[in-house]
Amino acid sequence: MAAAVELEGVNVTFGDFVAVRDANLTIEPGEFFSFLGPSGCGKTTLLRTISAFIEPTRGTVRIGGRDMKGIGPNKRPTALIFQNLALFPMMTVAENIGYGLRVRGVPRHERDEKVKNLLIQIALPEHGHKLVSELSGGQRQRVAIARALAVEPSVLLLDEPLSALDLKLRQHMRAELRAIQKRVGITFIYITHDQGEALTMSDRIAVMNAGVIEQVGNGRSVYAEPRTPFVASFVGENNAIRGRITQAANGTATLDTPIGPLTGRNPVGLPAGDEALIFVRPEALKLGGDPPSGFEGEALDVTYEGSITHVTMRVRTGQKITLSLGGGAAGILPQPGDMLKVGFEPQDGLLLARPERS
Amino acid sequence: MSGGLTLVVALPLLAALILILLSRLERRKGAIAGPGFFQRNGVAVGLYLAVAVGFWAFFIIVLPQLAMVDLSFRPKLPPSQMGGPKDIFTLENYRYFLFGSTTSTANWNWLHIKAFFLSIGVSILITLLNLAICYPLAFHMAQSAPVARLRVLLLLLIIPYWVNEILRAFAFRVLLSSGGVVNKLLMGGGLLDAPIDFLGNDVGLYMGLSYAYLLMMIFPLYNAIESLDRNQIEAARDLGAPWWHIHAFVVMPHAKPGIASGCTLVFMLSAGALAAPLVLGGPRTLWFTPIVYDRFYQAFNWPQGAAYALILLFACIVFVLAVLRMFRLSLGEIAR
Repeated sequence: MAAAVELEGVNVTFGDFVAVRDANLTIEPGEFFSFLGPSGCGKTTLLRTISAFIEPTRGTVRIGGRDMKGIGPNKRPTALIFQNLALFPMMTVAENIGYGLRVRGVPRHERDEKVKNLLIQIALPEHGHKLVSELSGGQRQRVAIARALAVEPSVLLLDEPLSALDLKLRQHMRAELRAIQKRVGITFIYITHDQGEALTMSDRIAVMNAGVIEQVGNGRSVYAEPRTPFVASFVGENNAIRGRITQAANGTATLDTPIGPLTGRNPVGLPAGDEALIFVRPEALKLGGDPPSGFEGEALDVTYEGSITHVTMRVRTGQKITLSLGGGAAGILPQPGDMLKVGFEPQDGLLLARPERS
Repeated sequence: MSGGLTLVVALPLLAALILILLSRLERRKGAIAGPGFFQRNGVAVGLYLAVAVGFWAFFIIVLPQLAMVDLSFRPKLPPSQMGGPKDIFTLENYRYFLFGSTTSTANWNWLHIKAFFLSIGVSILITLLNLAICYPLAFHMAQSAPVARLRVLLLLLIIPYWVNEILRAFAFRVLLSSGGVVNKLLMGGGLLDAPIDFLGNDVGLYMGLSYAYLLMMIFPLYNAIESLDRNQIEAARDLGAPWWHIHAFVVMPHAKPGIASGCTLVFMLSAGALAAPLVLGGPRTLWFTPIVYDRFYQAFNWPQGAAYALILLFACIVFVLAVLRMFRLSLGEIAR
């Protein structure tokens, strides 16, 4: 079976500005695939390239194995859900959902039948005659999804559709989107700047920065095995400490930093003498004990959240380091002003090359 | 103080009072919420607004029209007999429009009736023509033109209107007359043997009228289309709609108030146009507005002129209301 979407050397430039640089990617049929990145990283441009609103400056977009060059948005087997949904305000909910069928010349009774089914699927069976403006935010969301699904696309593209909703609804809609995707079984390509959304919903995630796809993988691998400093710091909280590698062997390396020697994994095999960053997740830092790598600092801020306690501490260099202490530490919560001794195991530290410009 | 002066001062004040009472009534019904009119504007400004609008509504709109209505129901009399025993209410002037002079042998006053329906009919055609010309332009300006081009387009549209209407009409005459530029070019190019009589065939009139009110169509359309979210056009396109379908079912329904206000403006103005028909009208065409003009200034029959003018006004209002009804719009929506 051909890949749902294939990008081959896709470049998009606007004048001198490179919005997408050399994107190569294969998205499998039935996959829930997310593009994750900060705003302006080119993820929306890439989505609009797949849906044909933007022609790539160079490179090929293939959908279902077919080269999409010169095929307009109205002829592609994709459906796009816009950030602001772009429902038609002068049409009823049923007319909105049936719009794609109407332009395809589907006969009225068949269309009505299908719209009715979709309304039941999105749990709004009684709302067909209403105007879009009479619906709540979450209901509109579902109507937009139904409108896109009505044309039976092979790929559904979603451009941050949840960003306008409040937190509670957003979390609910995540689960619902995932359930819809499982039920209809088509490929979803989802754009978001929210790592929580990407991690909870996606089969695979492409992390983008400044027009470049930095890493592709499932949620666990981008979180636990980031391959670039950007991915390490953008996906989840992370502490980055600079230093120079003093010794490297057997996939681990020791970094000489202003707050002492720190040892971590060295997956890319950086040689001794290189400038590098060591990343340590807040939850990997432990209080006290005698771990291989450790440093001291003053607690500045302690936020108790029940199952977790967040601690911000300042080390000798003035850098702020965050810790997330699990429930086990509940007995001995540090106080602001305390001097803390913290450390981590070598498998919880990750060495990556320092990007040139920082 | 004379009775007339009392009337002149008291009636506008009465109008202002009615406005204030109306707003009170609406408030009591709960149609308006929030701070009151005087709370929002202060007593001084509020009073000024109410009185100024009252004066304006009364002197510029109500009083002249009422005078016209009154005049249209009176016989034509020399000034000495006005107010005398012969100054009675009569339907004579309206009868004249339909049946002509009492001494004429014809059953109907075909000359005037034809001119009336011609004016209305041609105005409708010109309105549609204007819509057809302006819609693509307005759409381009509102949705796809880059800012720099939009500015140029706007200037190109507005600058010709610095030339006054009569001059523009004569310019069309110069262009289109038998010895005019267009005919000379066509004959010089060997396309024609004899000049085409553009003016005699009313081509000049239609062109002049269409051009005269172009802006009245463009700007309401532009405003309406400009407020359409671009994503809606893209969403329709993404769902598979061809371009004409997007215009017919997404853009136009959204721009409906703009289309209706543009159409009513252009229709009203062309049905009531005087300069273009006088300057550009062919010898065989009798437009209705010159007839009205003649009633006043050639026949010196002001009551009849008033009656004719009111017939035109009434027809226009009926037409506009019918169009609004057809589009399922309320008057308030066009003013958006």
